[in-house]
Amino acid sequence: MFSNSYIFKYSAVMVILVAALLSAAAILLQPAQDKNIKVEKIQDMLMSAKIESTTANAEALYDKHIIKEVVINEAGEEVGVYSKGKFITGDRRAFTTDLKAELKIKQDAAVGKTTQKPVFPLYICVKGMDTLYIIPLQGNGLWGPVWGNMTLKSDFSTIEGISFGHKGETPGLGAEISTPIFEDQFPGKKIFDDNGEFTSINIVKGGVANSNIDPIHGVDAISGGTITSMGVDAMIKNNLSNYITYIKNHRK
Amino acid sequence: MKVEKVREPLFSTKNKKLLTAPLNKDNPITVQVLGICSALAVTVKLEPAFVMAISVIVVTAFSNLVISSLRNTIPPRIRIIVQLVVIATLVILVDQFLKAYVYDVSKQLSVFVGLIITNCIVMGRLEAFAMANKPWPSFLDGVGNGLGYGLILIIVAFFRELFGSGTLFGMQVIPDSFYAAGYVNNGFMILPPMALIIVGIIIWVQRSKNADLVDKS
Repeated sequence: MFSNSYIFKYSAVMVILVAALLSAAAILLQPAQDKNIKVEKIQDMLMSAKIESTTANAEALYDKHIIKEVVINEAGEEVGVYSKGKFITGDRRAFTTDLKAELKIKQDAAVGKTTQKPVFPLYICVKGMDTLYIIPLQGNGLWGPVWGNMTLKSDFSTIEGISFGHKGETPGLGAEISTPIFEDQFPGKKIFDDNGEFTSINIVKGGVANSNIDPIHGVDAISGGTITSMGVDAMIKNNLSNYITYIKNHRK
Repeated sequence: MKVEKVREPLFSTKNKKLLTAPLNKDNPITVQVLGICSALAVTVKLEPAFVMAISVIVVTAFSNLVISSLRNTIPPRIRIIVQLVVIATLVILVDQFLKAYVYDVSKQLSVFVGLIITNCIVMGRLEAFAMANKPWPSFLDGVGNGLGYGLILIIVAFFRELFGSGTLFGMQVIPDSFYAAGYVNNGFMILPPMALIIVGIIIWVQRSKNADLVDKS
């Protein structure tokens, strides 16, 4: 009833129509989608600095509180400083720096696969009388990427707040990293010891109380979420290590 | 109600039945046993269940409508491919809209919106109904089956969220005094097996009320 040529023509027309429709939708909706992603990134950051925000006021709060975006290199030098809508040094902006890509460059550079030099974003935030430093984190959990933001007080060691996110950790187990139960353990902990040496924050399986780790440098891991907990532990160590030189040069 | 009177022929008894039958005696989940997979996955909370229900209604209704209007032009040899293309296009459109306008929910639904493409209900209705009926009844059949699917989703999500998290639509309904007195949320409720058990209970209740659904053999 239908000839072969009809079938071919039918499929060709159908595919072209569908392609045109989908491309049009993707282009039209792109700005709204990009804005959502941007607002989410801002909200995560503000949350770690303990600044309440809604999707509506997030961007305004960001402009008010984040006074400076800094991009540093491995030697701890500022290669890009962006403040109040313009560049003061260099042309790299922390907000548009893709941390995941930079960590990949760092990994590749270590084994000589690339000659590019990685850079790392840092946000300087003013809340009331305090100056806070927001460090974005990026790593891997059990099923996929985990990420977060750690906010340090002006001593570059005490944690003001932290926020975690994940792509698809197990609900009730690994996914607990992004709940207050886990996140509320962090504020007040220190990433440097009294001698100024880097200790990171250890996420301890079986509980900090039962280990020989100083409680000021450790938090309890999640029962049943061991791999995710280890992933978060490695993420914090790995990301913070990029800032040690910078911090040592800048702390008082 | 007024609208129904003016458009009487559009909602004839036969057409109304297309809308209401899937809610009970012809329910896609509890009677046809289609679309179980996503029913387990998105029913931990009411909000994603609600959005998923609306997304499935939109996709089943419009894919039924499109396929039914094209049904005389579709070569039978490639009809499954044509159906898949139509479903996939609609699902991607829904996904893009969710990402643009209800971003939080779209994050929670993550892969499950994409999986509407493989939701057996959609394809099942296209093959069983839209290929042989006029566009308007097909559209109603799609809405009806989407509603039937959504109804079960919302019932399951209601119990899972209430007993698993103590909330409804994210708002706490179990008072703090209960927790103080030693009440604990049932962690089993938020795991997928509980959805199966609740669906099982719904099927049991439904069949004990409708004797003609029970398999005679």
